[in-house]
Amino acid sequence: MSSNDSIRKTLIVAFSLCMVCAILVSSAVVLLQPVQEVNSALDRKRNILAAAGMLEEGRSVEEQFSQVITRVVDLRTGRFADDAQDPSKYDQRKATKDPALSEALNAEQDIAKINRREQYSLVYLVKDANGTIEKIILPIRGYGLWSTLYGFVALESDANTIAGIGFYQHGETPGLGGEVDNPRWKAFWPGKQVYRDGEVQIGLIKGSVDPASANAPWEVDGLAGATLTSRGVTNLVHFWLGENGFEPFLNNLRAGEA
Amino acid sequence: MQTIKETLTGPIIKNNPIALQILGICSALAVTSSMRVTLVMCIALTLVTAFSSMFISAIRNHIPSSIRIIVQMVIIASLVIVVDQFLRAYAFNISKQLSVFVGLIITNCIVMGRAEAYAMSNPPVASFVDGIGNGLGYSAMLIAVALVREPLGAGKLLGFEVLPLVTDGGWYVPNGLLLLPPSAFFIVGGFIWALRSVRKEQAEKAEFKLARHTAVGEGA
Repeated sequence: MSSNDSIRKTLIVAFSLCMVCAILVSSAVVLLQPVQEVNSALDRKRNILAAAGMLEEGRSVEEQFSQVITRVVDLRTGRFADDAQDPSKYDQRKATKDPALSEALNAEQDIAKINRREQYSLVYLVKDANGTIEKIILPIRGYGLWSTLYGFVALESDANTIAGIGFYQHGETPGLGGEVDNPRWKAFWPGKQVYRDGEVQIGLIKGSVDPASANAPWEVDGLAGATLTSRGVTNLVHFWLGENGFEPFLNNLRAGEA
Repeated sequence: MQTIKETLTGPIIKNNPIALQILGICSALAVTSSMRVTLVMCIALTLVTAFSSMFISAIRNHIPSSIRIIVQMVIIASLVIVVDQFLRAYAFNISKQLSVFVGLIITNCIVMGRAEAYAMSNPPVASFVDGIGNGLGYSAMLIAVALVREPLGAGKLLGFEVLPLVTDGGWYVPNGLLLLPPSAFFIVGGFIWALRSVRKEQAEKAEFKLARHTAVGEGA
């Protein structure tokens, strides 16, 4: 066994082992990449449809997504900017970390605690056969108790009524803040109103909403035992539907000039 | 010399990697809150342990002892990356839930432990079987833990409702602790206690014994 420990043998073994492993690993990565990309695109589409309350079991996600149009919006002007960024290639997650494509928020603006806001955002429009917009699906994110929650909110064609909400990634406490995934809680959202006299009013309250209350259209049941996650959800909805988020875009859309 | 059957079934109860060798605890805590994720993790770990043991055993006579551990790590790490890539391609949702824990199989003590303790001194086929056996031992423990955690913590098992939750209109108030990693400590501890009560030979000998209490003035 002593020959095994010679410098020559050690180098040969180390080198050839690395070569074999490198080839194995890189071919696995290269060969499987197309399947992985299809999967992650499919996952994103499924999340978008689920947030809009349009996901039906049994039909293929691709087929259901065919009525959804992906556009890019310039968040500063609130207008479509498909010429600035290609909607099929734009990586919004990456843009939030790119100083050229995002700007830092000051403490007063940053109610959702996201630090930086990208200049361009993807939006998803659901149109009917005549081309009129039925639903507007917007990506949202913000900090809860432990983690940033990533999700989508869907609005009806009046750009004021909520059609659905859903989070596809978060690290909140299971059973407490994690209840943002509970279909029963998500069912409180559709039909609620976002704006009241031009201000974002919608938010989670402590306990259950009293249907008789005058504020009921703008209130959603809080998550029991998850005050900070509830506050985070309220804040992120306020941020993304507010003046630093999609409000300019929604105003333009309502005026018909986005 | 052990028979193949002993090598395969021994680690499940007699020499369980988690219960007796106390290896691989970290992932046992992390992934057992959901049975689906647990099953995928078990398959991944079993495959990695078996194949890494086999490859290491195949080249064991050529591994210089000075770089022994690094050679083992390179083989294990490569296999783990391949498994991770496969999961991302064919089980995207589960790979999202497993996240870093697939990558952490690299540092799972069971894989390293079997490579060093068994594969370095046994032929490839026996090492492969030993890897499968230890993977099964690990799986048996994880599945047992998940079987307690998921129903009591989330009211479900593999997506089927077992105990209807209050939040869904049922009667069961879920125990949130069971969804958090520390609960697996209690459950694993409980299993070890039960196992060692039945199989007394697994209990370690006490390292010291307290002297009999003696009153002042008595004795030497």
